[in-house]
Amino acid sequence: MEHAQTSRPPGPKEYKSDLKPIWCPGCGDFAVLNAVTKALAFLELPREDVALITGIGCSSRIAAYTSLYGFHGVHGRALALAAGLKAARKDLTVLVAGGDGDGLSIGGNHFIHACRRNMDLTYVMMDNEVYGMTKGQASPTTAADWSQSKLTPQGSRIRPLRPASLALTAGATFIARGFTGDPNGLAKILVEAIQHPGFAFVQALSPCPTFRPEQMEWKHQVRGFEQETSSDPMEAARRIRADDGMSTGIIYRSDYPAFQPGSGAGGDVAAGMAAIEGELRI
Amino acid sequence: MKPAHSCDISLAITGSGGAGAITAGELLLSLAGNNGCFGMMRRSFGPQIRGGEAAALVRISHCPVECMNDAFDLLLALDWQNAERFADEIALRPDSLIIADPDAGEIPEAIQGLGVEIIPVPMKALAKDIPAGRPNMVALGLLSHWLGICPDEAGRLIDHVFHAKGEAVVQGSRAAFDRGFTEPLIVEAREARPRPEHSGPAFDGSRWDLSGNEGCGVGALRGGIRFAAAYPITPASDLLEWLAPRLEQLGGSLLQAEDELASINMVIGASFGGVPALTATSGPGMALMLEGLGLAVAAEIPAVVVDVMRGGPSTGVPTKSEQADLNMALYGMHGDAPHLVLGALDHADCILTAEWSVRLAEALQTVAIMLTDQNLAQSRVLIPEPQYELPEIPPRLQAGPVEGYQRYALTPSGVSPMAIPGTPSCTYVADGLEHDQRGKPSTAAADHQAQLDKRLRKLADFDFGDCWADIRGEGETAILTWGSSAAVAREAAERLSVNGQATRVIALRLLMPASPAKLAAALAGVSRVLVLEQSHGRQFLLYLRAWYDITAEVRTLARPGPLPITPGEIVAQIEEWS
Repeated sequence: MEHAQTSRPPGPKEYKSDLKPIWCPGCGDFAVLNAVTKALAFLELPREDVALITGIGCSSRIAAYTSLYGFHGVHGRALALAAGLKAARKDLTVLVAGGDGDGLSIGGNHFIHACRRNMDLTYVMMDNEVYGMTKGQASPTTAADWSQSKLTPQGSRIRPLRPASLALTAGATFIARGFTGDPNGLAKILVEAIQHPGFAFVQALSPCPTFRPEQMEWKHQVRGFEQETSSDPMEAARRIRADDGMSTGIIYRSDYPAFQPGSGAGGDVAAGMAAIEGELRI
Repeated sequence: MKPAHSCDISLAITGSGGAGAITAGELLLSLAGNNGCFGMMRRSFGPQIRGGEAAALVRISHCPVECMNDAFDLLLALDWQNAERFADEIALRPDSLIIADPDAGEIPEAIQGLGVEIIPVPMKALAKDIPAGRPNMVALGLLSHWLGICPDEAGRLIDHVFHAKGEAVVQGSRAAFDRGFTEPLIVEAREARPRPEHSGPAFDGSRWDLSGNEGCGVGALRGGIRFAAAYPITPASDLLEWLAPRLEQLGGSLLQAEDELASINMVIGASFGGVPALTATSGPGMALMLEGLGLAVAAEIPAVVVDVMRGGPSTGVPTKSEQADLNMALYGMHGDAPHLVLGALDHADCILTAEWSVRLAEALQTVAIMLTDQNLAQSRVLIPEPQYELPEIPPRLQAGPVEGYQRYALTPSGVSPMAIPGTPSCTYVADGLEHDQRGKPSTAAADHQAQLDKRLRKLADFDFGDCWADIRGEGETAILTWGSSAAVAREAAERLSVNGQATRVIALRLLMPASPAKLAAALAGVSRVLVLEQSHGRQFLLYLRAWYDITAEVRTLARPGPLPITPGEIVAQIEEWS
């Protein structure tokens, strides 16, 4: 059997599938794949007990490049699908991944409600400030004056969203930012995020060499947060607002209890059904 | 055979929203149930919670009834607030009776013009000096006297229902009831009229008190549903509310979604996890779910959606019934997306159809859209305990630990083993992208063709057995219908048969995949077909034209909601057809 039970936990490579990622050379998403598999190997999670749920876009292809259970669903709805899976199967480790357009534009409402629902999910948003798969349109995180898109030749002229700020406002209990130029640092963040018992949001700055070549300079701009992780939302909000979006690390962590629907009870189904149907008898 | 409708009385209780017309109607139906009767109660109201209009439409009979009668024997008006909004739905005959509060203002001209006898009873005034007494309880007393209901029985029901509201409310309600029950004007009027005769043997089996939404809930649970996602929408919310505590009772759960885009994806996620899952909605919500349903078809994830239809398009007539989401259920998805569409025919049938929908979706790893409507969903019936038998249906085919697992393997039946997360060595990625047998994304023509064929084969080659339709009666005339129109058609056919015109009723329960050979057999010997539906666009007729060869002469009785089609209209149309 290919994945026979052995005492040796799988190494990072074994969390990858045999499909060669179809990403442009230099794409940050390769490093996200590496960081995810490293984190899972570090945590020694059995592959069959982890599910990776994604939406649509370049980054959402990541599910197929892992050897986990995966779901490559529809654009923007990965968080909702993951919530249903986790509600029904709290025993699974459920990861969600996608891009900035997937998560903040078409899936923006699901993002807000995933944050406030605070189910035990880990969400990696691969942010390259552009729609790559549709060949370079402005996303919700694109600067207002970025004028390289044929769709908005004068720039979007709309202020970008700050994902961490939105996550904090909406109620996420773990907020972090990593950089694909530092895959080990990103992997460490992901380990913490997966272990966090609630909704963990990780923004991964992931350059797009094809449509945003200027992002290749991010490696010179990214720095670690100077302060320790805060558990105070006011302090975290101040820190996010004061930052230019290029500081990395775990910004905020709260111990607000995670939400899991269902009482977990449920005994004898036949007796339960008989009681339910008995209510309808005259 | 059912005896003639010797005891079959229809009453309407109307009032402004919040006046308690619905409560009075519900209690009246319960009392009728306690007295061994069968019955039905429809609610008709506007979308407002307060200040609108509400009507409880109650039919009580010694035989099971599944639809409203042609006209009402008695209209009790607590007030005349917005009465014109549902006047159309409460047809009166010249020998009907109206009980109205003379202090509630002018009787609307349309009602005065009917020439119907009106008994003025000042219900509000009678209730006024009773602490915690309400006019609707006076009304319940009046109607209970009219129906010959035992007052002690009513008192016990009032105790039971209002217990939680405290002793003052219980005492006030009982006193108001007694005042209505002994009201001399009604006692006299009752004496002057003949009592209905009771005929036929008394029913001694078990009876249920069931709404269509509850029926769907029971069927869903029997089918194995253990997860539901919910976004509130009239008239589906009460189905979801009914499920919430009961799913937990059975070890399952319900998750409230941020919108219908989320709820259908939550269903898909739970079902991907191996837990049978369902959501319920109505037209606008269903429209939002179509994207997700396409995903479920492509990724072969069992998913069940109950669409409780209301008047459309758009917000339409949200509190009232129509059968006009059929086109969307059949054809709404993008791409070629074979899936199941089923329609429940009556209250008891909601149980059967829901259970069947769940079992079929699970066995065939696809989407089942189950259609009901507001008329069915939010009305209550007192019926004999529902009994049915479903054909044998295999459970979801699951993959065990296996080498070289292929999620979308091209099997002869089209159904391929589905690995549930947690199963070692079978990890795969479910995908809305077209894929090869393994699940690897593919744009190759051969893969697309093979997977389209596979997904169609699952449904086309499956033996659905005898449940595809409910067929009753004989005769050269057939009424061909679906959904809640079936119950009306059956009552019409019974009347026609009593009049010597044997009439067959064929009500399709399984709408997609279509069953052309089975329908052709069911129509053997039929020369005339009346197609019955509640849709302005004749969606069912067009569906029949697309999928079936009907050689008999066809006429239609199609009307939009919210006005229910009555048995009498059908009888008249068939009798005129010569």
